[in-house]
Amino acid sequence: MEILNLEGTEDTPKIMLDKAHGIFEISGRSLPEDSAEFYAPVLEWIERYSEDPNPSTEFVFKLEYFNTSSSKLILDVLSALEDIKDMKIAWYFHDDDEDMEEAGQEFSELVEIPFDFKIY
Amino acid sequence: MNFIYDLHRTMMSQKLILVYQGDFTQESTKSILSMAERNLDSSGEESSIKRKVFNVMAEALQNIVKYSDELIDGQSRSHTAIFLIGKEANRYSIMSGNPVQKSRVERLKKTLEHINGLDKEGLKGLYKDIIRNTTISEKGGAGLGFVDMARKSGEKLEFEFPEMNNNYCFFCLKVNVPRENE
Repeated sequence: MEILNLEGTEDTPKIMLDKAHGIFEISGRSLPEDSAEFYAPVLEWIERYSEDPNPSTEFVFKLEYFNTSSSKLILDVLSALEDIKDMKIAWYFHDDDEDMEEAGQEFSELVEIPFDFKIY
Repeated sequence: MNFIYDLHRTMMSQKLILVYQGDFTQESTKSILSMAERNLDSSGEESSIKRKVFNVMAEALQNIVKYSDELIDGQSRSHTAIFLIGKEANRYSIMSGNPVQKSRVERLKKTLEHINGLDKEGLKGLYKDIIRNTTISEKGGAGLGFVDMARKSGEKLEFEFPEMNNNYCFFCLKVNVPRENE
């Protein structure tokens, strides 16, 4: 399966989706002007991945900041991951970033996927 | 050219550390954010407060980019809005002003008053409700940005709608981020 690799910018996150190496990560800042457009290839990639996923998947979110229009799309990404077998989310946050921790907790309440909370 | 000095004195007395007036786009949003970020970094502000200020700024700026109405005054059209940051000993204030059509004012007021009537748990519930049930294209209806600003600031949103002319009001919004950590 092809790799989806997008370099992060000051308003878009770094995306690395690599089935062969088992790397699934969204990190950095997410405040694109059009979040639906930005996340469309991510959602398409996950849809293809879900047809033949690895035996288990750990999907990493290591976000420094995301805006409210991205939050809607992050929920869409999580929903797309929901039906993949043995899926786990690793939600990273800085240890003094209560808002990011709370955001992760709220997402975990909105989807049926186990979340691991990790400080970095 | 006394107005230059007057403007300077107003900025000093209002404790303004950044003022931008003009056309708001994603590009200007990025520039303003990075300028403010450098300012916060060099002042050695605590990172949790820095993040909250950044957060509120980003939502306020994107609200202007998306929802500010184009002002049509006779022949001239303008999209001009204003964005300000104030810094006092105990708080930062993120302020914005932009024209809105009068027909939108009532709904905006209701949204803001509703948000101000909610406590921490109420805001959390509303936030989850909105992201679950709305699509991103529902322009202006959801007010997710306002909910987020209220949550990050932990204070009430301050707003006013002074009249500009027969068709427009100027939507003034002020969001305070306390500097002392509880």
